[in-house]
Amino acid sequence: MDWWLELVLRVVAVTVAFLVLPLLVGQTEHKVMAHMQARLGPMYAGGFHGWAQLIADGVKFMQKEDITPRAADGPVFKLAPGVALIPYLLALLVIPLGPGDLVGQPLDIGLFFVLAIVGIGVVAVLMAGWASANKYSLLGGLRGAAQLMGYELPFVLAAASVAMAAGTLSLPRIVEAWEPWWLLWQLPAMVIFFVAGVAEIRRPPFDMPIADTELVFGYMTEYTGLRFAFFLLAEYVGIVVISALTATLFLGGWHGPMAESLGWLWMLLKTGAVSFVVIWFRVAWPRMREDQLQRLCWLVMVPIALAQLVLTAAVRVAMAQ
Amino acid sequence: MSGVPGFGLGKGLAITLKTLVSRSTTQQYPDVAPDLPPRSRGVIALREENCTVCMLCARECPDWCIYIDSHKEEVVVPGAARPRQRNVLDRFDIDFSLCMYCGICIEVCPFDALFWSPEFEYAEFDIRHLMHDKERLDEWMATVPAPPAHDPRGELSKEEANALKKAGAE
Repeated sequence: MDWWLELVLRVVAVTVAFLVLPLLVGQTEHKVMAHMQARLGPMYAGGFHGWAQLIADGVKFMQKEDITPRAADGPVFKLAPGVALIPYLLALLVIPLGPGDLVGQPLDIGLFFVLAIVGIGVVAVLMAGWASANKYSLLGGLRGAAQLMGYELPFVLAAASVAMAAGTLSLPRIVEAWEPWWLLWQLPAMVIFFVAGVAEIRRPPFDMPIADTELVFGYMTEYTGLRFAFFLLAEYVGIVVISALTATLFLGGWHGPMAESLGWLWMLLKTGAVSFVVIWFRVAWPRMREDQLQRLCWLVMVPIALAQLVLTAAVRVAMAQ
Repeated sequence: MSGVPGFGLGKGLAITLKTLVSRSTTQQYPDVAPDLPPRSRGVIALREENCTVCMLCARECPDWCIYIDSHKEEVVVPGAARPRQRNVLDRFDIDFSLCMYCGICIEVCPFDALFWSPEFEYAEFDIRHLMHDKERLDEWMATVPAPPAHDPRGELSKEEANALKKAGAE
């Protein structure tokens, strides 16, 4: 009975995080982006500084007609938003929130699991792009696929560096092994991981697959109503997952003053700070062209990630002796 | 400095961060009345008793949105040899659906019968209601602000300059 209770509790907690954190990030984006552009952003919904704007948006999306284009490949088209969303839900399951047992599911190969499951995003992008039967969607989908394939490599290499440093693939144990001087040692890996992560979730400046000025809305062009909302939600859960992973792997997760009792707070604060940077990039930087995007990945990030791996290995060997 | 790779990126981040922490200047219009500059062009007000029906405004109006009708009336002035004639305004309408707020009518009026008022909240659901008749235009007179003071270091007005010249000549 106890076992069942715990299971339900953990699943409910992860689901709540899955539903609440993206909304928080989205609302923060509304307000931060507005103020960075010398605007106020939503001010009416909910009364106080538009706190309920995203709830209102959600209600609006639910009321909209759900259209499937006649030429679209129905089942694939309808399934794609779910495929985009579910991996992030599962990824949240293994990210540790605090010390000890404060994690949805402590998994020995947590890092491997997260990297594998975040990679599923490319399938959703291809499904949406191909099934929409629209040339813009297809272009966006293929750009997305090329981008995700490319950036997967530095993403995984940077994560491998920290796994090598900690000597484990379990996320909670990586956090336990983390020490402040890793900030310097793993700095290149952190930058690579974060930038590749932003590219993984197709956020500006890496939003070439969406590129609304040239591709309408890329692979999401034909989506309406709730399915479109799912794609948007996936984007914001993506921010949460990438930020939480960056915080877990490189910023020491729950480490901080009074980590035993306040660890969860430090983890949330670090995740929030990284999410803020993701939003900041979107406001400040223009979109990268397709060729620049691939060039950055293959000619800059992959070599740096490999060099970091060599550095990590060298320091590990030196420390073992 | 601008040759350093990534300098522009850093500058972009710095500018957005600076804007983020500085106060937004947005005026929340329906809740807060906007802070309008002097000489704002909201609506045109008419002081009927100043109008002599010279028709200059109607003729100068670039989009012909002023409609004027009048008739002549005899005024018997006691002691005068002949009765005088004067124009009486029957109709003075401005169609604000046509008006482009150029202000030529106000500039051209020789008798100060037309004024700018900063009131701008007179939108209508029916375009025909944007035709303001002389009673309505007269109501706007109450909202006309006093003319802004002269720039203390600016050029004198023609009248003042003339008066000074006269005083100097005597």
